Amino acid sequence: MNFAQLIGDWHALAVLFVAGVVPNQIWRMLGLWFGGGIDEGSELLVWVRAVATAILAGVIAQIVVEPPGALASVPDALRYGAVAAGLVVFLLTRRSIFAGVVAGEVFMLAGRWWLG
Amino acid sequence: MQARFLSPAQTPVALPPLDSPQWQSPWRAFAWGLRSITQTILTIVLFVTYLGIGALAHDTHFSLVWALASTLFVWAGPAQIILITTLGSGATIVQSAIAVTVSAIRLFPMVVSVLPLMRTPTTKRRELIFAAHLTAVTLWVECHRFLPQVPRERRIAFVHGLGCGLVSVCLTSNTVGYFLAANLTQPLGAAILLLTPLSFLFSTARNSREVADVVALVLGILLYPLAAKMNSGLDILVSGIAAGTIAYGVHWWREVRA
Repeated sequence: MNFAQLIGDWHALAVLFVAGVVPNQIWRMLGLWFGGGIDEGSELLVWVRAVATAILAGVIAQIVVEPPGALASVPDALRYGAVAAGLVVFLLTRRSIFAGVVAGEVFMLAGRWWLG
Repeated sequence: MQARFLSPAQTPVALPPLDSPQWQSPWRAFAWGLRSITQTILTIVLFVTYLGIGALAHDTHFSLVWALASTLFVWAGPAQIILITTLGSGATIVQSAIAVTVSAIRLFPMVVSVLPLMRTPTTKRRELIFAAHLTAVTLWVECHRFLPQVPRERRIAFVHGLGCGLVSVCLTSNTVGYFLAANLTQPLGAAILLLTPLSFLFSTARNSREVADVVALVLGILLYPLAAKMNSGLDILVSGIAAGTIAYGVHWWREVRA
């Protein structure tokens, strides 16, 4: 990998700044500026948090339903099965993130090995 | 009901007593903050998550510098995933920016609630800028756990140390994930990419404190495939706002009934 490949194109870095850095730092700096005056439990923030959680949930679904790169080589049923298996173990282990992730990964790798 | 879904680590933290001379130097406090990353399981969760982000960036054709810059300057895992996934699947800059902006709103209440823990009567606002930048879900959780055991006038230095430690871990795992995705066989490459949805699903589920959060998570997943069928280019926003608003409705209905 050479230097140019490492950096990639400048356009992508500009997009990162506009669509990634600015939208995040705006909220942090508003929090810094207007601290104090906002009630953490206000109804507006409950709605905002619910929408933010649902957007993240949508992205999780997108990665599993329309997988990028190497993940696309895994059959649909195996991807869904891996998430389901991880979820079951996560709930059984009293919400251990680690156990859930390991279980999902093992399920997928075992499935791939079994399918050949 | 509030506390049932929250399982914060209530284990004692190995820090010097509040009146110890160890706390006299801000640099020492920084070092204690740095060292505290070894005191939390969330460091491993972050490592795994950012391993996945590095791999995802590689497989959606972003450069390594791009991935590292996103970790350094965005410093919010969900926003980075949303950015990479939406841009990678052909969304416009404006569509991605809207999705990221909405996802980042949750940083606002975090900053609002965490900064008072570090403030002293003489603290100037600019002294808190870097701490505000470092604020994301992991730091927010850990501040509530660690800071009661740190003298107030050393808390900013401690948080800087803790934050820098966590950022370094993530930059390292980004790099490792990126190169693993580039060099691994297909099944293992797929396994690295699967880390992202798994770790985000379970850490969000773990952080879901109220029924509204759980409903938003479950409905957000179920509604996405439906929204994607409409092919509007705004799938994530459509399913997110719909699922989030229904979840809020459930919350409101329970409040009214209570």
